[in-house]
Amino acid sequence: MPGKETIINIEGLSQFYGEKQVLHDINLYVRRGEFITLLGPSGCGKTTLLRLIAGFLQPTEGRILLDGKDISVLPPHKRPLNTVFQRYALFPHLDVYDNVAFGLKLAGVPEDEIQKRVKKMLKLVSMSDYESRNVDSLSGGQQQRVAIARALVNRPKVLLLDEPLSALDLKMRKDMQIELKEMHKKLGITFIYVTHDQEEALTLSDTIVVMNEGRIQQIGTPIDIYNEPVNAFVADFIGESNILKGRMMRDYRVAFIKHEFDCVDAGFGEDVTVDVVVRPEDIYFTNDPAKCQFKATVNSCTFKGVHYEMWVDTDTGYELMIQDYDPYPVGSEVMLYIDPDDIQVMKKERRANTYPAKVLGEGKVEFLDTEFSCDTSGFAEGEEVMATIRFEKVDLLDHEEEADLTGNVVFILYMGDHYHLTVKTETGENIWVDTNDIWDKGDFVGIKILPKDIKLSKPVAGNE
Amino acid sequence: MNKRSRWALPYFIFLVLFVALPLLLIVIYSFTDGAGHFSFANLTKFFSDGNSLSTFAVSIEVAIENTLLCILIGYPAAYILADKKLNPSAVTVVLFILPMWINALMRTLATAELFNMAGIPLGKGTLLFGMCYDYLPFMIYPIYNVLNKMDKSYAEAAQDLGATPGEVFRKVTLPLSLPGVWSGVMMVFMPTVSTFAISEFLTNNKIKLFGTIIQENINNSMWNYGAALSLIMLVIIGITTLFQGGKSEGEASGGVLI
Repeated sequence: MPGKETIINIEGLSQFYGEKQVLHDINLYVRRGEFITLLGPSGCGKTTLLRLIAGFLQPTEGRILLDGKDISVLPPHKRPLNTVFQRYALFPHLDVYDNVAFGLKLAGVPEDEIQKRVKKMLKLVSMSDYESRNVDSLSGGQQQRVAIARALVNRPKVLLLDEPLSALDLKMRKDMQIELKEMHKKLGITFIYVTHDQEEALTLSDTIVVMNEGRIQQIGTPIDIYNEPVNAFVADFIGESNILKGRMMRDYRVAFIKHEFDCVDAGFGEDVTVDVVVRPEDIYFTNDPAKCQFKATVNSCTFKGVHYEMWVDTDTGYELMIQDYDPYPVGSEVMLYIDPDDIQVMKKERRANTYPAKVLGEGKVEFLDTEFSCDTSGFAEGEEVMATIRFEKVDLLDHEEEADLTGNVVFILYMGDHYHLTVKTETGENIWVDTNDIWDKGDFVGIKILPKDIKLSKPVAGNE
Repeated sequence: MNKRSRWALPYFIFLVLFVALPLLLIVIYSFTDGAGHFSFANLTKFFSDGNSLSTFAVSIEVAIENTLLCILIGYPAAYILADKKLNPSAVTVVLFILPMWINALMRTLATAELFNMAGIPLGKGTLLFGMCYDYLPFMIYPIYNVLNKMDKSYAEAAQDLGATPGEVFRKVTLPLSLPGVWSGVMMVFMPTVSTFAISEFLTNNKIKLFGTIIQENINNSMWNYGAALSLIMLVIIGITTLFQGGKSEGEASGGVLI
């Protein structure tokens, strides 16, 4: 709902680096005074988006509006925004005072006002005693404070922060998080914050924008994002979770790990496959057989500071992670239950791999820029069709010989009894694979699909 | 002495034989007369001889002019070479070293011939041209190195704080590249003072530089006076180096010729 209360509107923003598209049609608005975080793994496009807002990049498509005015064509020095850089980028030839005063001097602010504002800002970041210090002599945390002061002293309409705390150690990072949050409250300036640290995002933000592969996955408050992730990627990326295949039996009733549970979700339809997320702290132990929904054996138990992290094998052969304040001995049989409230049901994003394909001839078909053999009876040569391959029918090989094509494992999801992998082929297409084998992210794999596992169908109208 | 420090022994012997000893000889020769008696005669001769002094002055003047010329041409060249947008390939950088693969004397002779062919009279202009041609790479490289290694986020931070491209250069890029400029100055200024071949070929010895008179004295077996002149030059080198050392202290690492 863009309107008066929004300060930044991003409309249909796409960005290409050469052939490679790094942002896909980003639409986003930022409310005045909001602390919004762009969160995602490295390479998801969050920094590119921030650099587009700052003006260091020109968008390939789309616009960025600030207070309703298109700023996407303005060079960075004409945008009323300031950035806190990941590596601080403090000028090494200037002392702390001159670094902070840099922007004000350029703007031609009178000397006595510069002095007042710089001193006030240094006080805000608790760096008053360091005015004439060389910036190289400061610690990482102190440099970070100066960098924040240097940006804030110009009273920007929006402050952009590019992973500002990533170079600090854990303790310092926690302290700075609290200070940033307080500064934001005190100054009322809109903050756009980029991080790959989900905990940081949950702590700081009013709104989190989860990104992956150049697309926005979910926008919401930290609590929404944590409790109601819209897809497996978000569930996996934010916090710990058990992500499982499920089946919606009917409204308010879902089956997974071969047991049926009451839930609070409805509207999926009857007998529909879904993904289910259960947070590890939402699986409870009980001694009451009446409450018990399923049994399991404790497989491992690790002390994590506040809680214990346990892996259990259910009586139906699934592995689940549970977090609890009390440990249960390894090997012991336990009774477990899950509250209906704590079961998050998600629409399945895809049920099988489907690709537009072309019949090359008798028994030959082409998709993913590769030729495959399969049964083509009923289809004419040159016909455009859809090829469907079930996730578990794709074989991954650790060598290129015998493989139909090759790719890299880009995302791994443990689904309780198998892994769901996303493999990116060399032409940039995704193949999803269900497997029991253990692969690592980044592994180079050969992909093999048997002719009998490729099912062809007529393309559905309106579906690509 | 531990075992490791023994490895330094060959270097130590080298230093003594080829650095310390020759320096000592220069000092001894400077303060003795032909018969080997201690004397200040060589130094007083220099400071009372109008010819020597004016040659010295001309040398310094030419060196300053050449250094300024090299900065004027070298800085923009280095800036363009270091800019990935203007110069996407590193090949261009190699092109700048290529002339240095040819012996400097041959290049100078060839330059002189070119001037002769074109009918341009040899003189101060041709001298400066030759010097600039010979020493320009020594100015470009250190500056290029510093600019090339400079974190791009400094320029971005300046833009972000409201600096126009011109202001970014004046207030950030230029000050941060000064260590490279100082290295370049060192590598151009001192050799220019002491060079004699370039002035000989490119001015037909019409303009004599300090290096020329040292060479003449040594050639004519006036070892003591030649040594005294060398010593004076050494002192100047020493002073400039100290001056430069003070300048770049604590600043980002200066560029060194690769």
